[in-house]
Amino acid sequence: MHEVAISEALLEQLASLVEQHGWSRLRRVWVRLGLLSGVVPEALEFAFSAMSPGTPAAGAELVLETEPGYFDCAVCGELELDRVDFTCPQCGGPLQLVRAGRELFVSGVEPMDP
Amino acid sequence: MCDHCGCDQNDHFHVHPGPGAGAGHAHHHHDPVHSHHEHAHAADADWHAHRAQDGTVSWHRHVANDPQPILAANQREAERNREAFQARGIVALNLVSSPGSGKTTLLRATLERLQARVGCAVVVGDLETQADAEALRPSGAPVVQITTGTVCHLDARMVAAAVDTLPKDGVRLLFIENVGNLVCPASFDLGEAHRIVLLATTEGENKPLKYPPIFHGARAVVITKTDLTEPAGFQLEQARHAIAQVAPQAEIFELSSRTGAGLDAWIAFLDRLLVAHGP
Repeated sequence: MHEVAISEALLEQLASLVEQHGWSRLRRVWVRLGLLSGVVPEALEFAFSAMSPGTPAAGAELVLETEPGYFDCAVCGELELDRVDFTCPQCGGPLQLVRAGRELFVSGVEPMDP
Repeated sequence: MCDHCGCDQNDHFHVHPGPGAGAGHAHHHHDPVHSHHEHAHAADADWHAHRAQDGTVSWHRHVANDPQPILAANQREAERNREAFQARGIVALNLVSSPGSGKTTLLRATLERLQARVGCAVVVGDLETQADAEALRPSGAPVVQITTGTVCHLDARMVAAAVDTLPKDGVRLLFIENVGNLVCPASFDLGEAHRIVLLATTEGENKPLKYPPIFHGARAVVITKTDLTEPAGFQLEQARHAIAQVAPQAEIFELSSRTGAGLDAWIAFLDRLLVAHGP
């Protein structure tokens, strides 16, 4: 449940963005997750909703965007998948993970202020 | 690695010019990230509008002209550790596995064979107790125990604080024994030179497929407790195949810390790392 540590770092980052721009509150926050970021989206959502009250992100919608990864199938070639899967969805053969990102960053915020 | 977001790739981040930097900007995407809504961009700022499928328009400021990884503070601390290790000629290895896969036992066997000729040190993380540090101290190597309380992983700051307490000279090989956990430690760079993942024969062959973030990018995977291969019904070939699916670059070692079988190849690997990382 390291999503608590991640949520804490996220909320700190959002608070400093809000302060830097003179905003008061945030309506929406976009976070980009690599397929290998090690973050369980549901756990991050849960931690965010539990920890955001009292911060400028209280009540903000958290939009998680997963970056796809690339897998190789001996029969079907390279495939792009938005989940980690080692069985080819086309032929059922084994897949090899070629590359996938570990990124984990705020890709956008929408302030409440006009 | 991408400087902007800390990901393994270089070609997906947004580049938005700041105010006054002129019209236009570049987007680099692996995929149309905002495919759920359209973009319109002001030429002189990094604000832009999103038009959702229902037609509503919302403005937001992309912070992607300076995308801050959420774990930026840890990443900075990890880079500081990495530089400090390099400056001191230390090769740091981050040992990760499930609880009970044999990290401490492997370290004990490794130190027995190596400590006399290579300066080793150990930083060991657990939620509670000094048990692992106590188990390793007879080796003569300096050992620092980090008790994390409820935290499920080591982070770079904890490692920096622990390394501060080690002797300043004579350490060539630093083993960082992470908290037993195949999930959380994957997200935290400690500044290590290499990540080494242990997989015990008692755990089953498919762990690499179930926990890809921790296995992917590992320098080596060590299959431990090979003396239990048969009683556990562990299929070595299947495990090797699973490792190759997730971490094709990883060297695979198969050993029993208890009987000593396979330890020579592991020790030779550590010697190779030391040579590769300079005098």
